[in-house]
Amino acid sequence: MLPSGPPNRSPIVPLAVEIDNVTRRFGRVQALAGVSLAVEEGEFFGLLGPNGAGKTTLISVLAGLTRADTGTARVLGHDVSTDYRKSRRALGVVPQELVFDPFFSVRETLEIQSGYFGIRNNGAWIDEILHHLDLTSKSRANMRSLSGGMKRRVLVGQALVHKPPVIVLDEPTAGVDVELRQSLWAFIRKLNRDGHTIILTTHYLEEAEALCGRIAMLKAGRVVALDTTKNLLARVAGLTVRLAADRVPAAWQSRVQSRDAHVFVLGLDEYADLESLLAALREEGIRIDELALQETDLEQVFLRIMGAGRPRSAESAP
Amino acid sequence: MIRFTGAGWLTLLYKELLRFWKVAFQTILAPVITSLLYLLIFSHVLEARVSVFGGEVAYTAFLVPGLVMMSVLQNAFANSSSSMIQSKITGNLIFILLPPLSPADFFAAYVLGAMIRGLVVGLGVFLVTLFFVPSLLAMPHPFWALAFALLGSAILGTLGLVGGLWAEKFDQLAAFQNFLITPLTFLSGVFYSIHSLPPFWQALSHANPFFYMIDGFRYGFFGLSDAPPALSLAIVSACAIVLSLATLLLLRRGWKLRL
Repeated sequence: MLPSGPPNRSPIVPLAVEIDNVTRRFGRVQALAGVSLAVEEGEFFGLLGPNGAGKTTLISVLAGLTRADTGTARVLGHDVSTDYRKSRRALGVVPQELVFDPFFSVRETLEIQSGYFGIRNNGAWIDEILHHLDLTSKSRANMRSLSGGMKRRVLVGQALVHKPPVIVLDEPTAGVDVELRQSLWAFIRKLNRDGHTIILTTHYLEEAEALCGRIAMLKAGRVVALDTTKNLLARVAGLTVRLAADRVPAAWQSRVQSRDAHVFVLGLDEYADLESLLAALREEGIRIDELALQETDLEQVFLRIMGAGRPRSAESAP
Repeated sequence: MIRFTGAGWLTLLYKELLRFWKVAFQTILAPVITSLLYLLIFSHVLEARVSVFGGEVAYTAFLVPGLVMMSVLQNAFANSSSSMIQSKITGNLIFILLPPLSPADFFAAYVLGAMIRGLVVGLGVFLVTLFFVPSLLAMPHPFWALAFALLGSAILGTLGLVGGLWAEKFDQLAAFQNFLITPLTFLSGVFYSIHSLPPFWQALSHANPFFYMIDGFRYGFFGLSDAPPALSLAIVSACAIVLSLATLLLLRRGWKLRL
């Protein structure tokens, strides 16, 4: 089975990531049920899904932390099992769990991580990483003394020490405050502009919408949507109106997407429909208590595809 | 441009050494003091009462190589086992699972790190006890002693790695240490010559590989031993090879490391 890759890709350029029909079962739980997808070099790719959808298992298979029952995974054409040395050199992973080695300082942590990849004299790049992650002043501090957000940034630094062409960020901004999150994204965007492929999972759908060119949505170990962010957004009616009133005009009953007491959400095809709605309200003498126009966002797409409640984020709040 | 040298295992070894060096008070000095206390108490109580090697060797002198080797073995085990289980429980094991380290890289770094810790502590115990038995410096077969110290620390370093991989929590590792490693070490002739035991326990001691490590090591100091040193070397070498191959196989399968 061929992976579902991005459109119009050159057959000569190797894909950054190829996952072909990967399955993985843990006891009774089918964590991955035949996942196939492909990410082209230089993409900023989002991997979304609710808890237990299989995102972290998929990343673990890619990183060699978990072995697939069937199927194959490749990083820049290197199989993660049979050619693991090259595939791991090509991959940097920021793990979801906030882990650290309490014996070492920030700088020692980064130097040791460099060394694991067989890299010597990496001081200049480590300095740059520390600078971009706003950790220069903490470079001699023991890992135990850092705040959660700082530890998270060191994890990002550890994933970057070997300048991997493909970077996987598994919930990298959890616990990081807004200001630092912005600087972190600026750095990741710069890496992406410099040619690094970024694969992101995040709780914050607005981040995925703003950053990712393409998105795969996973549910129960399967890919349930895989498209450009633009196309995904276009799947759901482009505009909605939130109207607080006693009732909606008779001709607009079919446009009601949801209702909560006297608050209706109506779908619009285009901005011009708003005039028709206002005219209909005037004609039927319906008093408007409140009216707000909303553009479709990724959250609505996500909820529509997942067919579930209405949380503010992709997963239960951290 | 980043250049990969492929020698990541050297950094893992460096990390293992730095790890115990940063807490040297606990990992080096404490076991040296413990061994010194053993020497002071046992030699004071037993020097005039126990005869070893037909009275050719004083009990205190007999005891020192046993204590040195016991320190080597216990600390080699402690290093690899505690490092592995701490990394597993705190989750930072991921930092060495993500890089391109092979099963042999893992094995070499953990076992060498354990050997070095064991040998450093053993050397410390030897140097301190020389103050009490300076004649031990004139050992007749130092290379035999060195060979058994290297092989013994390698075996215990490997057992520590296996124990650390197997255990899911500190409790389980403590059981591995308390019910397997410590009895085998204490019942291996550290404090006595097995010729002083009843026949049944003598025979049983011959089934304990730790006995050959201690006895062979002691041969290096006195030129005397309970078992032929060549036999001890063969048994200890065979144990080291079989255990190493089995551990490499476990690492290759990703046992308890890669789900």
